[in-house]
Amino acid sequence: MIELKDVNYGYGGADLLVGASLSLGAGSFHFLTGPSGAGKTTLLKLCYRELQASSGRITLFGQDARDMGRDDVSDLRRRVGVVHQDCQFLDHLSLAENVALPLLVSGHASDPGNLKELLGWVGLGDQAGSLPAELSGGERQRAALARAVIMSPDVVIADEPTGNVDWEMSQRLLQLLIELNRMGKTIIIATHDMNLIRAAKAQVSARVVRIKDRRLQIAGADL
Amino acid sequence: MSGGTQGRAVFSAETAADRVVPPTGFTARLTLFAAAAMAFLAVFALALSLATGRLADRWASELARTATVRISTTQDQRVAQTRAALKVLETTPGIASARALSLEEEQALLEPWFGPAMPIASLPVPQLIEVIEDENGYEAEGLRLRLMAEAPGAVLDDHTRWRRPLVQAAERLRTMGWIALALIAATTGAMITLAANAALSANAQVIRVLRLVGARDKFIAAAFVRRFTLRAFSGAVGGTLLGMLAVFMLPGASAEGSFLTGLGFQGLHWLWPLSVPPLAGAVGFLATRLAALRVLKGLM
Repeated sequence: MIELKDVNYGYGGADLLVGASLSLGAGSFHFLTGPSGAGKTTLLKLCYRELQASSGRITLFGQDARDMGRDDVSDLRRRVGVVHQDCQFLDHLSLAENVALPLLVSGHASDPGNLKELLGWVGLGDQAGSLPAELSGGERQRAALARAVIMSPDVVIADEPTGNVDWEMSQRLLQLLIELNRMGKTIIIATHDMNLIRAAKAQVSARVVRIKDRRLQIAGADL
Repeated sequence: MSGGTQGRAVFSAETAADRVVPPTGFTARLTLFAAAAMAFLAVFALALSLATGRLADRWASELARTATVRISTTQDQRVAQTRAALKVLETTPGIASARALSLEEEQALLEPWFGPAMPIASLPVPQLIEVIEDENGYEAEGLRLRLMAEAPGAVLDDHTRWRRPLVQAAERLRTMGWIALALIAATTGAMITLAANAALSANAQVIRVLRLVGARDKFIAAAFVRRFTLRAFSGAVGGTLLGMLAVFMLPGASAEGSFLTGLGFQGLHWLWPLSVPPLAGAVGFLATRLAALRVLKGLM
């Protein structure tokens, strides 16, 4: 579904990623790890075309990322649900409106029953009318996950989804992502939380890739 | 969403895009004011254009068909030369009628300058003959030569000398009016572009989030286009009504000063200002759409 081959990415004369190759097949589960500032978010942004590679080849659902027009990028983002590190909500809209935003922008009608069910799935059924500022960090992350999956995307990308939540909440979010994977979704999670990765590997077959010294490596048995 | 579809969406009820972009109070008021002021000025420019157009047409048509023969001679020759000149005029093809003005008529012509008590009969005032052309017109040079032969004191004045610059001046004023209208439209477009850019900058984060969740540029642009089109239209409605009221309250045209007082609309010309609000809306639509798509192209 998403394939990177010998991808380099640089910004302001500095190389942030060198020779990155990665293949995210249908129904796969990947963890992307590495220290802060290693380039995890950069790699994820290349996967939903918020950034363009300096060189190398990125194929997104069979299409070369370089050949994608602006509408193609919009269509891609309807197939890739992203849980952003900072959630990226519209502060003037309610939680329910934020979660239903991908449906609204793509011209699909929002079924109130389905929306309620989705909010219930992430444990936010009673907070549909709340504004983002009124939510806790964990609630915001769960709402971001609900927004990421509302279009039933093929791929879910989560960038440090458990960065601002306690252990119990991170386990809950992980369970939601594992549940999505069991439904056939491709999942990639960027995290530096090794305990989270170990907890996931106990339940699903997950590959772990690590960014070290700007290069992507397959993590070994140390996990 | 094509431009036409987006155009129709402008006047439909609140669109989906409207709900996701927060309202922008300051730019809304700015656009309304600018559109109203520009529409007010446009109504005056339109009134100027139409009035000067009427003036140019009137001067061109009314004066073109009249001429004057002036006979400057001694008192004893005056009657004979007038008779001879009238005879020449009556036999000239293209002249419908020729008539010597009476002393009273000449006195009335001079009255605005010298007052009613002037003893015109005792002054060497030339005899004037009013000449009216028919639809074919006459050949001026031939007539001058014949008059010179039959009535040496007769001078033909076909009004060309002073009619042409007047008509040219009126036509230039009309052109200036249309240029002013074009400049007003361009200025309105520039102001709306600036206001739209300000609104787009203020909503940069909203736009980024919309792009990230899969919104197409045309969807995002629609929210801004609709708002600014409606603001331009409603501001222009207010400005146009005020402008029409102001033109209506101008002093009416009178024979004494028709050039200065005849600047209003006449008859069906009152319908012309009604085209200003839709045109302002169209300018708003195009300016915002171009600005929005240009700004959006700069985002990933």
